[in-house]
Amino acid sequence: MLKDWGKRVVIGIPFGWLLLFFAVPFLIILKISVSESDGVKFADIVTYQEGVLALKLKFSNYLFLLSDDLYLKAYWSSIKYAAITAGVCLLIGYPFAYFMARSPVSWRAALMMMVMLPFWTSFLLRVYAWKGLLDNNGIFNQLFLAIGIIDAPIKMMNTPFSLVLGMVYVYLPFMILPLYATLSKLDVRLLEAAADLGARPMTTFWKITVPLSKSGIIAGFLLVFIPCVGEFVTPALLGGPETPMIGRVLWDEFFSNNDWPMASAVAVVVILLLLIPLGLLNRAQADAAGRGSDA
Amino acid sequence: MRSRLGMGWMAVIYLFLYLPIFSLVVFSFNDSKMVTVWGGFTTKWYVEMLKDREVMEGLWLSLKIAFLTACASVVLGTLAAFTMVRYRRFKGRALFSSMITAPLVMPEVIIGLSLLLLLVSIQRVFDFPTRGILTIWLGHALLGMAYATVVIQSRLLELDKSLEEAAMDLGCRPWQVFHLVTLPMIGQSLLSAWLLTFTVSLDDVVLTAFLNGPGSTTLPLVIFSRAKLGLSPTVNAVAAIMIFVVAIAVIFGSIWLAKQEKRRALEQALAYRQGMQEIS
Repeated sequence: MLKDWGKRVVIGIPFGWLLLFFAVPFLIILKISVSESDGVKFADIVTYQEGVLALKLKFSNYLFLLSDDLYLKAYWSSIKYAAITAGVCLLIGYPFAYFMARSPVSWRAALMMMVMLPFWTSFLLRVYAWKGLLDNNGIFNQLFLAIGIIDAPIKMMNTPFSLVLGMVYVYLPFMILPLYATLSKLDVRLLEAAADLGARPMTTFWKITVPLSKSGIIAGFLLVFIPCVGEFVTPALLGGPETPMIGRVLWDEFFSNNDWPMASAVAVVVILLLLIPLGLLNRAQADAAGRGSDA
Repeated sequence: MRSRLGMGWMAVIYLFLYLPIFSLVVFSFNDSKMVTVWGGFTTKWYVEMLKDREVMEGLWLSLKIAFLTACASVVLGTLAAFTMVRYRRFKGRALFSSMITAPLVMPEVIIGLSLLLLLVSIQRVFDFPTRGILTIWLGHALLGMAYATVVIQSRLLELDKSLEEAAMDLGCRPWQVFHLVTLPMIGQSLLSAWLLTFTVSLDDVVLTAFLNGPGSTTLPLVIFSRAKLGLSPTVNAVAAIMIFVVAIAVIFGSIWLAKQEKRRALEQALAYRQGMQEIS
């Protein structure tokens, strides 16, 4: 009896906290996105007057989202740049995680800590640091001019290049961690067996290593892709007019236009777009956890 | 050949990871009006920073919020991790487990907006809470709890359950088992969860921007508004100090944790051997 009570408290506190501060807010933005608003107050969507129950929904925000080019472009470029970022992270992170998993055991903890150390230092300051490197008078341009590779400074800031570079930089550890976790658990005997049976290293890699690290690849890709879709800080500091991102649009609707229903509608569509990737991520993590407990 | 290729690639990635941080620190000592053109060594930006009231007040506020956030996150994270690991079956477990990790990947603009709209709705009814330290703390603790849960959960999963069972068999109450047996064994993960959530809170721009009120401008908000305008050597000085402090804390923290881990393993082995001798 007492134990049952204790269990209820242990589950109840975090569950209640998450329901109240994480789940209920989503219902609220859903409600506000379809509410009539006069700028200060939101009308109730369900009213009961003179015996008539009325449900009043206003879909004009969503219609506006679909009709205005600005929003569609921002959604499209957010997905595009998030996918490119996740792809680049995978390309440079996979070999890194692979070699780290093959390095001497005594080095691994130190190598891992060196990956995690930048992650501990401020996200904001690391993005800011690239401003100094990529600026027209920045360190890279000065260096290239001095060596003589270029004659005039190249514009790197506020371009798709600087945006993707910044996002790759801050999200790379999210790719390396799950990849390293699956690659370090890989049974080396399988690789030896393949080599004994005459497979060339490349064949072994594509036919054994890559398929067996699939759960790490999926998890890493999604861990980078999902937050990048709604990323705000990096586009605000390193992005430009060519890279409209939905996180910035939402921010401007809220802070500059003070249009809360519109900001809510933008957010609801982002959540809808992310539902499938979030579901896939949940499954990939459950997969990885299941495999971990089997071993 | 193969390993040389691997070492080369790893060196390139480490260079990529550390070059921006290194350049921030170097150029915080730059005696030139142009932030990125080297003009000699100086420490004047550090003096400037100390005199900068906006920065110093922001820093103090950020440290307070980060401390409160880390404490709340560890408590909530411990409960949530326990729920995930020890209670395999209860109503709504699927919902619970997806809500645990969702804040980690969910774009912060969405968490910030939705939490703010909830708090505004509550405030309209109860006239509480007003936007300020309390609301920022709520948002940070929501995010911090997710991080803390992941860290503590992974430690709980590798824990030897038989020790707790032994304590139960010897007549400990559940609460005694927790603070006499479980807590000392997961203590290190609690410490790393505390440090991690402290740094997450100390760094947060987006949630804070949504949840802050007049007079609660944290350090990241100050840095962000200046960084948007351009480069500033004072920001470089602040950055250099923060990077230095975090690096020292993380390096020494992990060395200390590794030592503790070794000592505990040794003690456990000794106790086990003693027990075996007593039996035989």
